[in-house]
Amino acid sequence: MSKTTFTRRGVLRTGAVAGAGVALPTIFTASSAAAFTNEPTGNTVTLGFNVPQTGPYADEGADELRAYKLAVEHLNGEGDGGMMNTFSSKALQGNGILGKKVEFVTGDTQTKSDAARASARSMIEKDGAIMVTGGSSSGVAIAVQGLCQEAGVIFMAGLTHSNDTTGKDKKANGFRHFFNAYMSGAALAPVLAARYGEDRKAYHLTADYTWGWTQEESIVAATEALGWETVNTVKTPLSATDFSSYIAPVMNSGADVLVLNHYGGNMVNSLTNAVQFGLKNKSVNGKNFEIVVPLYSRLMARGAGENVKGILGSTNWHWSLTDAGSKAFVKSFGEKYGFPPSQAAHTCYVQTLLYADAASRAGSFNPCAIGEALEGFEFDGLGNGKTLYRADDHQCFKDVLVVQGKENPQSEFDLLEVVEVTPAAQVTYPPDHPMFAGGSLGSCNPGS
Amino acid sequence: MDAIILQILNGLDKGSAYALIALGLTLIFGTLGVVNFAHGALFMIGAFCAVTFSKFLSISYTVIDETKTDFLGNPLKVDLTYVEAWFGQSVGGTILDWAVPLSILMAIPVMVIIGFIMERGLIKHFYARPHADQILVTFGLAIVLQEIIKYFYGANPIPTPAPDMFRGSFDFGALLGFDANTIIYPYWRLVYFLFAAVIISAVFAFLRFTTFGMVVRAGMADRETVGLLGIDIDKRFTLMFGIAAAVAGLAGVMYAPINSPNYHMGMDFLVLSFVVVVVGGMGSLPGAVLAGFLLGILESFASMNEVKSILPGIDQIIIYLVAIIILLTRPRGLMGRKGVMEE
Repeated sequence: MSKTTFTRRGVLRTGAVAGAGVALPTIFTASSAAAFTNEPTGNTVTLGFNVPQTGPYADEGADELRAYKLAVEHLNGEGDGGMMNTFSSKALQGNGILGKKVEFVTGDTQTKSDAARASARSMIEKDGAIMVTGGSSSGVAIAVQGLCQEAGVIFMAGLTHSNDTTGKDKKANGFRHFFNAYMSGAALAPVLAARYGEDRKAYHLTADYTWGWTQEESIVAATEALGWETVNTVKTPLSATDFSSYIAPVMNSGADVLVLNHYGGNMVNSLTNAVQFGLKNKSVNGKNFEIVVPLYSRLMARGAGENVKGILGSTNWHWSLTDAGSKAFVKSFGEKYGFPPSQAAHTCYVQTLLYADAASRAGSFNPCAIGEALEGFEFDGLGNGKTLYRADDHQCFKDVLVVQGKENPQSEFDLLEVVEVTPAAQVTYPPDHPMFAGGSLGSCNPGS
Repeated sequence: MDAIILQILNGLDKGSAYALIALGLTLIFGTLGVVNFAHGALFMIGAFCAVTFSKFLSISYTVIDETKTDFLGNPLKVDLTYVEAWFGQSVGGTILDWAVPLSILMAIPVMVIIGFIMERGLIKHFYARPHADQILVTFGLAIVLQEIIKYFYGANPIPTPAPDMFRGSFDFGALLGFDANTIIYPYWRLVYFLFAAVIISAVFAFLRFTTFGMVVRAGMADRETVGLLGIDIDKRFTLMFGIAAAVAGLAGVMYAPINSPNYHMGMDFLVLSFVVVVVGGMGSLPGAVLAGFLLGILESFASMNEVKSILPGIDQIIIYLVAIIILLTRPRGLMGRKGVMEE
């Protein structure tokens, strides 16, 4: 004889789970007969700026938001127009996008994948955002990119440097202007070999998540190809604050270069600790010990203070560049906010213009039409020289900057100096490169 | 062997911070019976006392240098500090250089006052409530304090360097007969360890050799009887809260040059410090200090490559693993008194 035990709570729980399960596939498709998700019907169009407003990357998020606000001003014909004046495409008229005034909503990613997805979802479902952009972490970018693909909106990635964003996790609705770990390796390795020689032994400390892994893999491959030996690669927990116990073993490992695959607070602390332990003044194997920080950010370099002096790394863009686009951007940003923009601000501003321009050229807000307009698009005048948005993986290919901590900074912003501009051809890789293998763009999803 | 000595040294400074925070936590728990989750925030505020004091000393006036230009091409505005203008380049420069140690002078009164306001203004109302309520309210307070600091100082770490003479590192290898450069240890971390030892001794001496301390110890053992003797134990316990806050704050001040302060550094230490208190024994001051150093050193050993190659990931769980073993085999902790938290 069977015994059934229905309780009120059990029935409610089962009902809730079943309800959610049934509703799930229709969350993004339940709307009207519109041709695509959030098709603008009035005289405005809403963009969703999803940036870290709280948490450890809040300062970068704040700078991204400043850049987005500036971009919206310029798109709507206010201010001095910034890089719209230097942009090689002249589709933007300063009358919004396709004649619709640009409005925006903001979300807080908190640099947590689940929070970022929730805020992106809310901007798409409640606020009618037709495009989502921003972020300061590859984990977040990959999560939000996946959500935008399901929802049928375009995702214009912010600061994300992991190979996976346009590698194994690439999506048809996602586009990245920022450079990636492979490009850092390809740009940095020749400079390292020229400065420090080809007979070097490197020790890697690596943040234990997607970005750290792909950066370590890229730098190891690029430096070993030039003759360096990799003595050890050690993963450090993302939550680590004191790196002394990871740095101590470096001293007796026989290595003469320490590569810090760290970002944000991790980078500030590991670099500070390494300098405290005298690594910068040490001599091993008859050579000066060297420290390398492959991905630099000026905002982060500030936290490390004097410790960054003389240390090599790479960056996507720097305010001291003298091309017309960079100068126009630094001028409008500097006059509005009183300080120069960061690389995070630059990539976010550029992504907004590129989206608006693609919509204007396509004559539609349909994500598939915009995607088509971006694929294979070649442009110039946005601060990085001639750039290609490659159709195969939606990654931008452009020059990469190798930078060095400045010995005699003139101001609190003057922390890095550009030592080499690596041409785009040198950092370009085939779409089926093993470091980017494993995923496919799939087909674009217009939603609705 | 040299690697082992190096990791013991590494464990000492981490252990110093754990011990100082855990000492304050234990003082508060032992006297007031409150589990204070805002204690990490007090450590963080201490570090920001150093930041604030450095900023205060660096208050400057602007001079326009026509020979140089800023990022927009305008004449460069150069900031000159009043301290250097008033005291001359060399004395002023030395004062600026010694900003972190000097900020102790500011941190002590500030931390005692913050501790006093926290206890009288908020925590006092939760004495009769269950521990869960106390944890919730103090944890909430920690988040509020953290957000206040972030509002004023931003989310990025702020470099707060040690005085120039402590910038380098000491070669223990040469001293102990190993190869030169094999056991290098930064001067400031040595200073931090010695500073922690002085503070810990001072707290113990205060409790041991002063009448005030004796009353507090008596109150910790039997609050009711001390009250019956006509002593206002509450007032003394409030002051102890202030002292515990000052200990955490000083730990934070001196920690600022080791890792650039940021608003969530308190949370990074809080959970580990609680484990330290539990391992040491709830309410036991020597236990807190012993466990602080012990766990600091164990954590350092666990992040050695040789250990990690046998037990991957051990560096992230070692402290909790030790806590589980101690709680299973000796539930009242290493030096815990019988009856504390066992009802």
